[in-house]
Amino acid sequence: MIVELGHYALVLALILALAGGTLPFWGALRGDERLMTIASTTSIAQFVFVAMSFGALTYAYVVSDFSVQNVVENSHTLKPLLYKISGVWGNHEGSMLLWALILVLFGGLVALFSDNLPLKLKALVLAVQSWISAAFLLFILVASNPFLRLNPAPFQGRDLNPVLQDVGLAIHPPLLYLGYVGCSISFAFAIAALIDGRIDAAWARWVRPWTLAAWCFLTLGIAMGSYWAYYELGWGGWWFWDPVENASFMPWLAATALLHSAIVMEKREALKIWTILLAILTFSLSLLGTFLVRSGVLTSVHAFATDPTRGIFILCILCVFIGGAFSLFAARAGTLSQGGLFAPISREGALVLNNLLLTAACATVLVGTLYPLALEAITGEKISVGAPFFDMTFGPMMVPLLIAVPFGPMLAWKRGDIVAAGQRLLFAFGAAMAVMIVGLALMGTPSALALFGVALAVWLMVGALSEIAFRIKLGRASLAESWRRGAGLPRSAWGTMVAHFGVGVTVLGVIGATAWQSETIASLKPGQSMTIDGRTLTMDGFVPISGGTFTGTGVRFSVREGGNLVAVLEPEKRIYTVQNMPTTESAIKTFGFSQLYVSVGDIAADGSTVVRVYWKTLVALIWLGSLIMTAGGVLSLSDRRLRVGAPKPARRSLAIPAE
Amino acid sequence: MRRLLLALVLIVSALPAFAVRPDEILKDPALEARARALSVELRCLVCQSQSIDDSDATIAHDLRVLVRERLVAGDSDDQIKSFLVDRYGEYVLLKPRLTWHTIVLWGAAPTLLVIGGVLSFGLFRRRRAALPATSLTRDEEARVEALLAREE
Repeated sequence: MIVELGHYALVLALILALAGGTLPFWGALRGDERLMTIASTTSIAQFVFVAMSFGALTYAYVVSDFSVQNVVENSHTLKPLLYKISGVWGNHEGSMLLWALILVLFGGLVALFSDNLPLKLKALVLAVQSWISAAFLLFILVASNPFLRLNPAPFQGRDLNPVLQDVGLAIHPPLLYLGYVGCSISFAFAIAALIDGRIDAAWARWVRPWTLAAWCFLTLGIAMGSYWAYYELGWGGWWFWDPVENASFMPWLAATALLHSAIVMEKREALKIWTILLAILTFSLSLLGTFLVRSGVLTSVHAFATDPTRGIFILCILCVFIGGAFSLFAARAGTLSQGGLFAPISREGALVLNNLLLTAACATVLVGTLYPLALEAITGEKISVGAPFFDMTFGPMMVPLLIAVPFGPMLAWKRGDIVAAGQRLLFAFGAAMAVMIVGLALMGTPSALALFGVALAVWLMVGALSEIAFRIKLGRASLAESWRRGAGLPRSAWGTMVAHFGVGVTVLGVIGATAWQSETIASLKPGQSMTIDGRTLTMDGFVPISGGTFTGTGVRFSVREGGNLVAVLEPEKRIYTVQNMPTTESAIKTFGFSQLYVSVGDIAADGSTVVRVYWKTLVALIWLGSLIMTAGGVLSLSDRRLRVGAPKPARRSLAIPAE
Repeated sequence: MRRLLLALVLIVSALPAFAVRPDEILKDPALEARARALSVELRCLVCQSQSIDDSDATIAHDLRVLVRERLVAGDSDDQIKSFLVDRYGEYVLLKPRLTWHTIVLWGAAPTLLVIGGVLSFGLFRRRRAALPATSLTRDEEARVEALLAREE
């Protein structure tokens, strides 16, 4: 009964989405205020109904209702409660429902917290958002319905893919979708602005918090997914340039560019057309990612061709929205007025460079991801585009971007002074050089490239700090004065500093883990030892383990450093009994920012086991840096002028005459 | 199984990877280093975008052994790659070679960068008079000014 209610709620949500997509739109075109105000109601109601629907499916999972086909295919009574719940989105149908839930959540949030939007713009934004949700709700109902019943119902479910039975599944997809789907808001704003034909600084100011929020979630989601893959897959990689990863990375690159170009538009009214285009592109890449991941096209072009219903459906959604958006853009872009002028060396110029490099990098990832598919579809020829390609093409584009990062905030708007900016960054430059020279003296020329990377990371971190130091006049004024200035700086300035500092931290982690990782592989029997980076691992013995739907063996290792026991690690070899699938669970011990990573292979009859041990230098900084970047985003989001829906003294300040 | 896989947005393969085994490792560290470097560029043919260095599939093992055999026999890296391409097709290379059918792949990014650079340079060349945004009503203009003034 509850399952049917969930199904019905989804149908109602679709009808609401259709109503919310048409009536307010009509109202906006005719200037009918009553029709326009419907938009908020339908958007909030859509969220309520999709949430009910999602709740119903979750309920079916929690009580293990095996009359629901989706539950049978992905659950098991013995599974821990957390994995029963996360199993809801551990499959195609459920994850599409989560997608739709987050889509209508954002619509509902805009409806609730955008009282300061002009009525017409708000109606148009919510109407566009409703079109998107109508398309995806229709897709769920027609081509991937999670509420289908099974008769007769089996007694037991088939369990969830063992790899997915991890806390990572509970966190990673919701975060990633919050980011991915959150980009729909800036898209809706862009389309609304194009329809309305008015784009100004205020528009950028309204869009920025939503883009920033989506970006924060996307950053967290990607970082979380990377860490999950790192500890779950058992060979210590943290980024694979897999098409599925690229699908989430491309919107991140575009959203990062959008975030920066929206600043130019907000402050200087320049780059309007470009910002609108980026907003459209960012969500288009999200849609493209959804298509790539959901249609099966990645597995093989042929697999897609044999069961194309879902793929074709999403492809149609893709074409309608992206095609429609670009047509509208082409028709209207010319009518948008150009904003303020600026010299190449200026804050705007730096942000243009940021956008140029980020967009080109994004295009590289896009071409690399789609090219094999296109080539196979057209000529039937199969090629692979993997990590070595992306390292070679994407990497070089990041270097000038990262070098430029500290300059950006140091340059003035309109016309900047690069020499003055350089002087302010002298300390950062000196620090980077010092690291490079000391490193070369200690490690020699073979490490030159890696040391350049470290110097770049230092440049980014110290550069970020220098900017704040300059702005609060640290050392040039009394401490009290600096403190007063620091407190007076807008939160967004602190946010920029923190986020840019985080980029440096991540770069340092990437360089450390790539250049100074060490690896030892050995076949050990209990009692035998191996060494890595001055640490000795002794295999103590085997421990039987069991839990929920698996049984297996833990292999216990004592780690000693100079004779002292520093850690006991227990990587596992598990067999998930329902699907009869083996998995390895690595064991990780963090020392400072570096990690010792142990995983084991099959255990032979005589007890000898292949053991793989990694020393991952500074690897934790990769994810720590992402957290810092996100913190920067959140800090910037808390800036009072960006705070959405907060009580604002706007009416009072209206009395201030315009300059 | 495949569908389940797609539910994951970042996990690459469902099978726990456990690549290079101790018995595969060559005695000569220089040759072994070359073997590892080559392995990273070769695709495990049955996996979803994994190199043979990362995969524990049987074919990945066979290819790793094959690569090492060729290295011991004295082949150069390029000879080994050509040998594998003859056997398994271009598909085995994770970094496609520059040929007429990969020219777009390799050329896209630099081309876009150049076009983008030219376009943004044009941005500065165009010395058009900045038009004030006249589409705002007086009331809205006042609000924008007020908002902008607050943050300074």
